[in-house]
Amino acid sequence: MNVQFEPKIVAFLCKWCASAGADLAGVSRLKYPPTLVPMQVLCSSRIDPQFIMDAFEKGADGVLIGGCHTPNDCHYITGNFKAYKRHLMLQKMLEEAGIESRRLRLEWISATEGRKLAQVATEFVEEIQKLGPLKR
Amino acid sequence: MNEKVGVFICHCGRNIASTVDVKKIVQEIVKHPNVVHSEDYKYMCSEIGQKMVKDAIKSKKLTSVVVAACSPSLHEQTFRKACESTGLNQFKCEMANIREQCSWVHDNLEKATDKASRIIRSTVDKVRDNAPLNPIMVSVKKKCLVIGAGIAGIQAALDVANAGIPVTLIEKSPTIGGRMAQLSETFPTLDCAQCILTPKMAEAAHHPNIQLLTLSEVVSINGYVGNFHAKIRVKPSYVDQKACNLCGDCVEVCPVFTLNEFDEDLSARRAIYIPFPQAVPSSYTIDDSTCLGLNPLVCAKCIEVCEARAITVDISEKTIEDDFGAIIVATGYEAYPKENIGEYGYGFLEDVVDSLQFERILSSTGPTGGEIIRPSDNKPVKKIAFIQCAGSRDKNYLNYCSKVCCMYTAKHAILFKHRVPQGEAYIFYIDVRTPGKGYEEFYQRAQTEHNVIYIKSKPNKVYINRKGNPVVAAVDLLTNRKIELEADMVVLATGMAPSIGKGLASELKIPLDENGFVQEVHPKLRPVECATEGIFVCGAIHGPKDISESVAQASATASKAISILSKDMISHEPIIAEVTEELCVGCGLCITACPYGAIKIEENKAKITEVLCTGCGACVSTCPSGAMKVKNFADKTFYEMISEATEVIPQ
Repeated sequence: MNVQFEPKIVAFLCKWCASAGADLAGVSRLKYPPTLVPMQVLCSSRIDPQFIMDAFEKGADGVLIGGCHTPNDCHYITGNFKAYKRHLMLQKMLEEAGIESRRLRLEWISATEGRKLAQVATEFVEEIQKLGPLKR
Repeated sequence: MNEKVGVFICHCGRNIASTVDVKKIVQEIVKHPNVVHSEDYKYMCSEIGQKMVKDAIKSKKLTSVVVAACSPSLHEQTFRKACESTGLNQFKCEMANIREQCSWVHDNLEKATDKASRIIRSTVDKVRDNAPLNPIMVSVKKKCLVIGAGIAGIQAALDVANAGIPVTLIEKSPTIGGRMAQLSETFPTLDCAQCILTPKMAEAAHHPNIQLLTLSEVVSINGYVGNFHAKIRVKPSYVDQKACNLCGDCVEVCPVFTLNEFDEDLSARRAIYIPFPQAVPSSYTIDDSTCLGLNPLVCAKCIEVCEARAITVDISEKTIEDDFGAIIVATGYEAYPKENIGEYGYGFLEDVVDSLQFERILSSTGPTGGEIIRPSDNKPVKKIAFIQCAGSRDKNYLNYCSKVCCMYTAKHAILFKHRVPQGEAYIFYIDVRTPGKGYEEFYQRAQTEHNVIYIKSKPNKVYINRKGNPVVAAVDLLTNRKIELEADMVVLATGMAPSIGKGLASELKIPLDENGFVQEVHPKLRPVECATEGIFVCGAIHGPKDISESVAQASATASKAISILSKDMISHEPIIAEVTEELCVGCGLCITACPYGAIKIEENKAKITEVLCTGCGACVSTCPSGAMKVKNFADKTFYEMISEATEVIPQ
């Protein structure tokens, strides 16, 4: 395993829960690897499967999606369920495209779960490091 | 248009500058396409910092601004207002969060700088694609709908009506007053519930700004904040309220006996009845589900005897429609059914009553006239046992604490001792929770002044012994001893369960929490607002609460509703979806994706009701032909942003 490998990770975080959780992680000064670049979306249901494929195509080694807890936390009522269904589909699509489905991770992170965000980010980076760079 | 973007990077003292090389980014960012200006300052949010932004907009003729600083939740409004003051549209200003999501969570200067640079570049890509937008203005229908006329609904309706705004107050039962009307006395002051409630009921009934509709239910709700359209089904009472003089002759002749729900089935009533003497509206009602027959008319005894000729049977239910600017939901609670609790007899043991039944037994207008006698054989009760948390805090029944049971059980025990001074009262409890003004003192009084015995235990069983008395089997957790307490009567402190149909919740498009209570937007900062703008919640449908909390919350919803209804026009966030008609094939997948019902198909093209749309984008990622787009969140923008996040920078 190449310990020097710095994976590129795109994190799509919903504005109301996961991104607010990331803000809390900041306020609490919880450290996680800087290799994860956050991108705010209004809702996890906005994330088009194409975005994920595009990120992998452009050089991402992993993609994290952060949304609101099921069943009732979603600011837009049912967006998290839509994201969940898409995640199931994407995992199959990725495997068919020869990309390990573990490179895409969906997590429910509430605005109060700064600790969870930092933990998920750290674990995910470690997991992608173990998987190594995405071969294209 | 040739975009000119200015980038302003904040040091935030050393909060950002200690882990992000601000100067380096300031130098490099001008190489990024469209960036014509970059600056840094120690505190960008200060007056001086804001002036730097404003001056640069004017001198460099900037068309877009990126402020790289803290989270947008903190200062987005600050910088957007600064931009607006120079004439730049507020949506041409975006913040790059390089503090909470970068400098504060990393140590490595080089890597944090690289990440900050990526965040800033992707924000530049976003802001230059942003279109200048103006808030959508919609007119407001100055009328409020209040659903449920218990104490919360009545209070909310009165507050809104007193502000000069018309209110329609609807209630599904024949009288307003709700659960509070059933109660005997209230803790911790022991005010008689009806004495403090009935003046409010009368005030609501006679208020010039309140239209009161009993026997009414919501059929459907459409529309959006400021302009809800409601269909309400009004069942007939068959008795003309104005003509009825309350003589009661009709009741005497009615041959039908049925259980009286107001007395929690402890007494009987006729098919024509008034729930209680002070009911509002003050009139009789024919219960058409138990009446021998209205169409065709079977018995007609009540009609024959009515001298006021107030009874008419040839009327049917009607549906009325009206428009409202705001809606207040106050549908209240149901007592958790004791029939569900197996260990306490599944509701089959006659002398094991629930809390609302005991309220009726205590009430001077109740089935026993306030005398404490037990249902099975009318024997006066000398020894009574109360079981707290009957259903509550139990994963088999209700997970949550129903909050009011500790207090009302202490009240029940005190009232029992008032009526039966020589009697014995035992309370089985897990914990006693008395947060509230004067509540702890009240609980202490039960023990010290009234000698109520508290036993720390969760009883495992209630059964009837050979003498016909209920026995509570438990283990005293403080002494670790087994107890078999024989009493004359057992009262279960049943919890509060929400009283809202799934149908009503989905008509209102408001989410319910895992226990079925209405979910608020934010538990601390927006506690009475629902996810759908313009809909507010108060009382026990929001979660277990007592009368004083319900009243306070009701006034809060009224003030929220008034803040909408006092305006002629309200603004709506312009970040919403739009349809590219040339691409739309009218497949309708977007309709299934939209949680707000904001999309319809007209002439084979999707059409968006702007004020209903919240811009979540579920339709965009569902649309197979790429016809949907959320303003300022186009797919193209995301692809550019993804490029910035993943780009390999040559060393």
